[in-house]
Amino acid sequence: MTNKTIADLFGQPLSVVNVGLSSMAQSVRDQKVPVVEVDWRPPAGGVPQLRMTKTGVDIDDANEEVCRRIKQARPVLAGMGIARDVIPGMHDRMLLHAGPPIAWDRMCGPQRGAVMGALIYEGLAADEREAEKIAASGQIEFSPCHHHHTVGPMAGIVSPRMPVFILENKAFGNKAFATQNEGLGKVLRYGAMGPEVYARLKWMETDLYPALDRALQSMPDGIDIKSLIAQALHMGDECHNRNRAATSLFLRAIGPALARTNTENERLAKVIEFIDRNDHFFLNLSMAAGKAALEAAEGVEGSSVVTVMARNGTDFGIRLASMTDRWFTAPAGMVQGLYFPGFTEKDANPDIGDSTITETAGYGGFAMAAAPAITQFVGGTPQMAVQATLEMYEITFGEHEGFTIPSLNFRGTPLGIDVRRVAETGILPRLNTGIAHKDPGVGMVGAGILRAPEKCFRDAFAALGTLC
Amino acid sequence: MTVKTLVKRSEYHDSVRLMLVARELAKLPGVIDAAVVMATEANKSILKDSGLLTAEAQAATPNDLVIAVSAKNGASDAALAEAEKLLQKKGEAAAGEAAEFRPKTIPGAVKSSPGANVAVISVAGRYAADEAWEALRRGLHVLLFSDNVTLEDEIALKKYARDHGLLLMGAGAGTAILNGVALGFANVIPSGPVGIVSAAGTCLQEVSTLLAKYGVGITQGIGTGGRDLKEEVGGIMMLEGLKSLQADPATKVIALVSKPPAKSVVEKVMAQVALSDKPTVVCFLGGDPKLVSAANAVPAMTLEEAARLSAQRAGAAVKVSPEAVERDLKKQARKLSTKLKPGQRYLRGLFSGGTLCYEAQVIWRGMLKEPVLSNAPLDQASQLPDSTHSQKHTAVDLGEEEFTVGRPHPMIDNDLRIRRLLQEARDRQVAVILLDVVLGYGAHPDPASELGPAVRQARELARKAGRELIVVASVAGTEEDPQRLSRQVQAMTAAGAIICDSNAAAARLTGMVVSKGPRRKDKG
Repeated sequence: MTNKTIADLFGQPLSVVNVGLSSMAQSVRDQKVPVVEVDWRPPAGGVPQLRMTKTGVDIDDANEEVCRRIKQARPVLAGMGIARDVIPGMHDRMLLHAGPPIAWDRMCGPQRGAVMGALIYEGLAADEREAEKIAASGQIEFSPCHHHHTVGPMAGIVSPRMPVFILENKAFGNKAFATQNEGLGKVLRYGAMGPEVYARLKWMETDLYPALDRALQSMPDGIDIKSLIAQALHMGDECHNRNRAATSLFLRAIGPALARTNTENERLAKVIEFIDRNDHFFLNLSMAAGKAALEAAEGVEGSSVVTVMARNGTDFGIRLASMTDRWFTAPAGMVQGLYFPGFTEKDANPDIGDSTITETAGYGGFAMAAAPAITQFVGGTPQMAVQATLEMYEITFGEHEGFTIPSLNFRGTPLGIDVRRVAETGILPRLNTGIAHKDPGVGMVGAGILRAPEKCFRDAFAALGTLC
Repeated sequence: MTVKTLVKRSEYHDSVRLMLVARELAKLPGVIDAAVVMATEANKSILKDSGLLTAEAQAATPNDLVIAVSAKNGASDAALAEAEKLLQKKGEAAAGEAAEFRPKTIPGAVKSSPGANVAVISVAGRYAADEAWEALRRGLHVLLFSDNVTLEDEIALKKYARDHGLLLMGAGAGTAILNGVALGFANVIPSGPVGIVSAAGTCLQEVSTLLAKYGVGITQGIGTGGRDLKEEVGGIMMLEGLKSLQADPATKVIALVSKPPAKSVVEKVMAQVALSDKPTVVCFLGGDPKLVSAANAVPAMTLEEAARLSAQRAGAAVKVSPEAVERDLKKQARKLSTKLKPGQRYLRGLFSGGTLCYEAQVIWRGMLKEPVLSNAPLDQASQLPDSTHSQKHTAVDLGEEEFTVGRPHPMIDNDLRIRRLLQEARDRQVAVILLDVVLGYGAHPDPASELGPAVRQARELARKAGRELIVVASVAGTEEDPQRLSRQVQAMTAAGAIICDSNAAAARLTGMVVSKGPRRKDKG
């Protein structure tokens, strides 16, 4: 029951939604009355309407709570540490990886490459051959980043001695972790191996990390990453495939502290140069901020909202806010991409990485409309980028008022993928991503877009159905 | 094979655009590999690995753009030129690609249009209820045009709508006019003091256009769908619509029109009517007027009368006197009937509007001795055995399902009616044919342009067979309708049709013609 009455409509300007015959919409349009024409198709057959759980939870209410928490989250870069010391559950013989759980024998090329590279970097193996033997021997425990409040781009390998950023969600107190971004090209996260990869990782450990860490220690309030994301969305980034503005903003935010806490000018210059030359330096912060926000929303009974989407290059997996210990997986898809010189789609590995945490948290591919510079990924025009974002509102439960899109009249980004809406509409989440070479040891070969595989969402929806 | 590079100083493009250009270059004949990159250290090492790093590229700075091509002799220069061309080309959207975004679902539509307040739903019946639920749950009023929604669904939808202060018009509601906006099949009616609730679309169209002809406008025209007044549905929307008009200060007079409701529904509706002081004109076509008078409401026997009485209650000086109209019709009928040959005894009504067919039958029931058969009869005894063949007096509703499966409604597509008209014209027993022409949004853009020539042809056919065929028509429409009333009337008149001001008048005239036929000696 509501207090609303039919008579409330009288005298109000009419605004019409038309579902069906186009002529009906045209008549309304001819009268100069606004009409939105639904591009209707028959819904997927036999999709039940899920509204309440057996335990009496209204799913919409649960989703409202999930979205509220995500929006309320305030992820701040609070400091740094060594993975072994700060990531819960991490130990000397553990490697974290992107995506849902996977054993060595099913790992894809780039993830194997990154594992081997990490073992060499850790000093556990002398060369690739030994690294492969150790990896296959069972001496190493592989665990998903997501099981440790961590997210890793591409192969997503986090080894015990790697330095990590610590993101603290000031609104809820939870923490999330991510490594420092290595840059593009031949890098460990794309499965590359070789002396230059290890040398860079080493330098990041001995020079980059201490410099950033010192600077951050001098900043008692840390750096508000949510705010940087919000600003970057107004500067042409979507903070997944484009982080150029956000990286610049980060450098501005940490610049004075870096200067004050680092006395060796040349070392400092190298640090600044490294960050400046890597447009994706911010990506790992963007991801960890998403993780910190989403994890605070986990554990809401009855919610149909997705809080994890991740890929290990073999499988694509999602988790729901209401079923946090359960992965719904499907084979990872192929990326429609643009390739670096010398590479084609034949070289590409299936979709990989935890970076889809950005889309899950309401930006990345879902904020495509904010990033006109990379519209080539979606067909080339800014209008197409806008449409890509508009389509995602169909499958999201809410909108993130903290992240707005100028070209949509500062509308909040689509937030909270609702598996019910995915099941009902058949519209799958659009993802932006980089592309790794399928063989271990090669690295990044391009970037592109794709849709998440349907099966995960169907299965999650079915699981939710058993509770209703 | 040669490797050539072109360095463009201080030229910046986003890397994605550059990759796209590189991809185009690689497709050119003779090109083996191509790279278009900003000359950062990382990119230079990529160039080096691909064998594309020339000394010139090596010397470039991160602010410079490098176009590098390895190609068979001669092809590289052309490729470099092409690259420059591609870089200058603005993103061109192919026609249609940049078209307005169309959401795929109602929730999506509501999100992209937060002010939306009405949904018009016309998808196939088996999907329609789900869409109506989506709309109601998002607070939209609904015009549910679709047929074949189950009665259970309709009841549940209407109960929900009632409890949430929303309209659920339908299922099968073809017409509504809300705040002056015509939805579905509806006419352009001026705004004014009369509020209408109607169970059928053509009812609403006939009454509202007649009001407009009398110079009276409406506040709202609410359609409930034909099944609303069944016992099972209980008149939920007629009651809610009525209440809303009773509460609406702009509505001074209320008109309720429909076929006769179930008895229990009549009681409920009349009880609600009695709660308000607003003059309320009630036309339950062919129903018992005593039930109406008992509730202090004004009974009307026809849609025309409902419109006239409503107009008068609203203070309009309606000049037409029913008695004078009746006299004129009789005179006209006498004149027409003299032209008929012996044996031309029957009338044939070919309707596009279901309720107009019903209204005509109600009128004829009181006039004609022989029953009028119909595919949509007043009672089972008058069922026309074969819808496609008329017998004796026949009224055909061409909007009934047997005619509309797989083809457009006769208000949109005149084909079927024209064929039927010619078929009737060949029948030597036929004296007069009655047509309804319904204008407004949703209807055929110029019905007289097709029906006119058909009338001419039909009369010609009869004339060649030595008979005069009388064609009578009414046109429900207004001057402001897209088809323009006067233009349609003119075209129909020019084609030889006799135009009456209302369906009721047209029905009476045809009834009089056949009851005054030369072979009939009984009273006129």
